[in-house]
Amino acid sequence: MNRMEELRRRAERTIRRDEKCNGKIDFSKYDFGQPEKGELSLSELSEEVRRKAEQVGVELKKEINSGTYLQIDHSVVYADVINYLKKKGVIVMSTSEALKKLDWVKEYYWRIIPVDMDRYTAITELELRHGYFIYVPPGVKIERPIQACLFTRRRNVAQPVHNIIIVDENASLNLLTGCVTMANEGLHIGVSEFYVKKNAKVNFIMIHNWSQRYHVRPRTAAIVEQNGVFVSYYVNLYPVQSLQMFPKAYLRSRARAYITSVVLGKDSSNVDIGGGIELLEEGSRGEVVSRSIVKDYANVIMRGLIVGKAPNTRGHLECRGLLLSPNAKGSAIPQLKALTEGTELTHEAAIGRISEEELYYLMARGFTEEEATSLIVRGFLDVGLEMIPQQLRSYLKSILDLVAKLSKG
Amino acid sequence: MNVKDVKLFPFKNVKVVNTYNERGLNIELLRVEELYVSINNKEILKGVNLNLNNQEVHVIFGPNGSGKSTLLATIVGLPIYHIEKGRIIYMNEDISGLTPYERAKLGISIAFQNPPKINIRLNYLINQLIRRFKSSTSLSYEEVGIEHLLSRNLYYGFSGGEIKRVEVFLALLQRPRLALLDEPDSGVDVDSLKIIANIINELIEEGSSLIIVTHLGHILKYIEQVDKAHVLINGRIVYTDDPDKVTKIILREGYSYFRNMVKAYE
Repeated sequence: MNRMEELRRRAERTIRRDEKCNGKIDFSKYDFGQPEKGELSLSELSEEVRRKAEQVGVELKKEINSGTYLQIDHSVVYADVINYLKKKGVIVMSTSEALKKLDWVKEYYWRIIPVDMDRYTAITELELRHGYFIYVPPGVKIERPIQACLFTRRRNVAQPVHNIIIVDENASLNLLTGCVTMANEGLHIGVSEFYVKKNAKVNFIMIHNWSQRYHVRPRTAAIVEQNGVFVSYYVNLYPVQSLQMFPKAYLRSRARAYITSVVLGKDSSNVDIGGGIELLEEGSRGEVVSRSIVKDYANVIMRGLIVGKAPNTRGHLECRGLLLSPNAKGSAIPQLKALTEGTELTHEAAIGRISEEELYYLMARGFTEEEATSLIVRGFLDVGLEMIPQQLRSYLKSILDLVAKLSKG
Repeated sequence: MNVKDVKLFPFKNVKVVNTYNERGLNIELLRVEELYVSINNKEILKGVNLNLNNQEVHVIFGPNGSGKSTLLATIVGLPIYHIEKGRIIYMNEDISGLTPYERAKLGISIAFQNPPKINIRLNYLINQLIRRFKSSTSLSYEEVGIEHLLSRNLYYGFSGGEIKRVEVFLALLQRPRLALLDEPDSGVDVDSLKIIANIINELIEEGSSLIIVTHLGHILKYIEQVDKAHVLINGRIVYTDDPDKVTKIILREGYSYFRNMVKAYE
């Protein structure tokens, strides 16, 4: 049996095994669909699609960024890079197309995340509808971001995508992913496997803007080779029914990873976020930082796990939650595992209301109570930006401004 | 010095009458009347009376725990300080029901002794204050010694001297009619002390009235104008006089002099 068949078998087994469990998201409710006939082109996109995409920072014009991948429901609308990068060998295409056209891509398919990790990875294997494949050849440095937009338009669409990102030795990539919907109900499963090779660097920014009756299950993991850097920055703007993710990074010698999540939990959202880092080899270091603002009846759990498996490694976890309503709930579950001598792991966790001392301090400086609250909330969100390159920082700042603004309403 | 050489006020119904005001601005700005204040049901201020005229600079001395910070925080309006009795009259209005924001708008600013750490960049806060209060100052960031702190979050990892410099500078940027400075000189080295005195002198030149709380009075020798000194002991102002005289007594005999005096009257 070849590997591709085996992956399928394992996925099927996982789905079967899981069918007995109650209270899970019912896949049969959703339309996993077939690709639409008569695919759209960029120029035919409606204003509404453009506007929605811009909210999560994706500009649907060819000339602005280095490359663009746009998927609406189950169809790839656009996947290309600018000519200059194409000549250097940079590839942006749908993962299903890449698997068909490029034989070597199979070597990177389900290599970090086990296909049978859970029913979401399994269903993604069985019902795969694209996702993006990005390859950056050795030494190629992409400053202007490549952007990817996963869009859902119809109601009750399930969008299982599998993204594979390979950044070869000494190369670098800024990747901006925006996920957005026009429907009020649906399911998004995004499997992302990042291969960050020796001395390579990846800045991965993911902005989510779903709607109230959405279930969201990103499954992200990265292998970072010697001296490589992986920076992941996730922001969730709009309340979802449920969101659960736990991105992981595996670090080889002297590699670094910074995983930041900023979440706004509103209405009756159930959010479970965080991240894990395994310090596999000497000299690696990593940070997992979570910030959540919890309002209304929302419940946010922030998890973190750092495992130190080699000497001379360092890891730090930070989970902070700000509760803005009396019925909001927050939990922090930081976990550190030191499996060898010479690994230094630390954590900080704090959940609470806005400090009255800070509030009244700012009021005494001439701010109204509302202004002071906004300032404290905005300051609370200001995290992890020093890791982000300059050209993306101002964009992320405006996203965080938006989170602060949305937390008020 | 003999007890009878100094002017001693009875502890209740004190009226401090201005004997002189060289600028002829004998207009009352602040009047604290019979102020009783408690925190968590513990009485801290036990009948404070204080009068301050426009463009006057007063100093309040007192041992630790005597209620100096409580007095300033109550004037600013921090709600954990509960007024049990008495009034705070500012520009002829009782302000005790106003929020700290409303009081700041009326021209009251404060430099806290122990301000909280806040996740706000210093330069952002400074720009906000400049915009809100249309402030301008002749002092540069270099002169105030805070240019290296501008991009940092407020008071995270600041030294004692840096906190004091920033606090007094922020109080200045609010262009206050009344600035309350809580121990601007405690835990501060000589260089910081001079910088802080410069900011205070700028406040004086801008025409602010000042109440400076100090433990030992180190800063006074660098300050251009000090009109009056009070001694606060055990929640009451027990003594008011010329600042030089008060400083001399404190340096010579410490606060025991005033404590004994209080006992003699009780």
